[in-house]
Amino acid sequence: MRMELIQPFINAADAVFSECLQSPAKIIDLTMDEETYRRKGVAALIAIKGDIEGRVILDLSPEVAVKIASRLAGTELPATEQLVRETVCELANMVIGNSVTLLNDQGFRFKVFPPEVHDNETGLSGSADTEAMVLGMETPCGEIYLNIAMHYLHRRRRERETAAVLD
Amino acid sequence: MPQFAALHRKDNKSVRYLVVDDSVFARKNLIKMIETFGGEVAGEAGDGLTAIAEFNRTKPDIVLMDITMPQMEGIEAVERIVRQHSDARIVMVSSVGYQENILAALQKGAKHFVQKPVKPEVLYEILRYVLSDDPAAANSPVALAGDHHS
Repeated sequence: MRMELIQPFINAADAVFSECLQSPAKIIDLTMDEETYRRKGVAALIAIKGDIEGRVILDLSPEVAVKIASRLAGTELPATEQLVRETVCELANMVIGNSVTLLNDQGFRFKVFPPEVHDNETGLSGSADTEAMVLGMETPCGEIYLNIAMHYLHRRRRERETAAVLD
Repeated sequence: MPQFAALHRKDNKSVRYLVVDDSVFARKNLIKMIETFGGEVAGEAGDGLTAIAEFNRTKPDIVLMDITMPQMEGIEAVERIVRQHSDARIVMVSSVGYQENILAALQKGAKHFVQKPVKPEVLYEILRYVLSDDPAAANSPVALAGDHHS
């Protein structure tokens, strides 16, 4: 997997967590993973299709999600399933939204799909044929994991570039 | 959160907001900021279609509108609201801040754009600016809350 595809996600995750939690986040783990993803808590999967295709999974424990939500709300919030799911989805939306903005600035075009939440015991295969980068970040509220599997779709980009030349 | 001087309408009444986002979590965060700016929540909606109905029902002073939502996306909702109410003040709030999105929203009639995660001080300045009814608002530089890519 190409590092230039991963870097925007790392930068965006760092910026979003630091801004939301008002404290810097620290990378504690960066590994390649070729197996079906086993989540560590509640996971939001966001699929991306276009010049770049793949998926990103944002994963954190329910306890961490409640701590983040409480920190953002400025008050202690009750730990409910809905709060956990909402928090995971919104964090995933912000990280992926900021990442695709960076990639779009580099000329890549694609569509981002709404997050799917996974909180059962099954593994997440996503794109099983693609190796993934697992990024662990330590925040003041606990650990957050990103599992990123991306690849270029050269054909579509070439087609668009050819069309632009012909126009 | 920092302290802010209350924002008022020209008749000195509180500013009334319609908050549109499919995430309850995101709406709560925006509402918390609005309240620190001295504003009132006129209504909430989780998709573009409900936003149109809520706009017609509540006639808010300002709409904070997400882009990616189920049923009807924010940019289409902006177009439909502005078609009926040309004086509607709509500020887009989205994590996806690339140029096509911003331009599309502004072309359909949105007044401004702020990227998530929203910094209260950035949103405050944008709201102050939009409330001033400056005709240049739509052409002003877009404020991206994520400074890392602005």
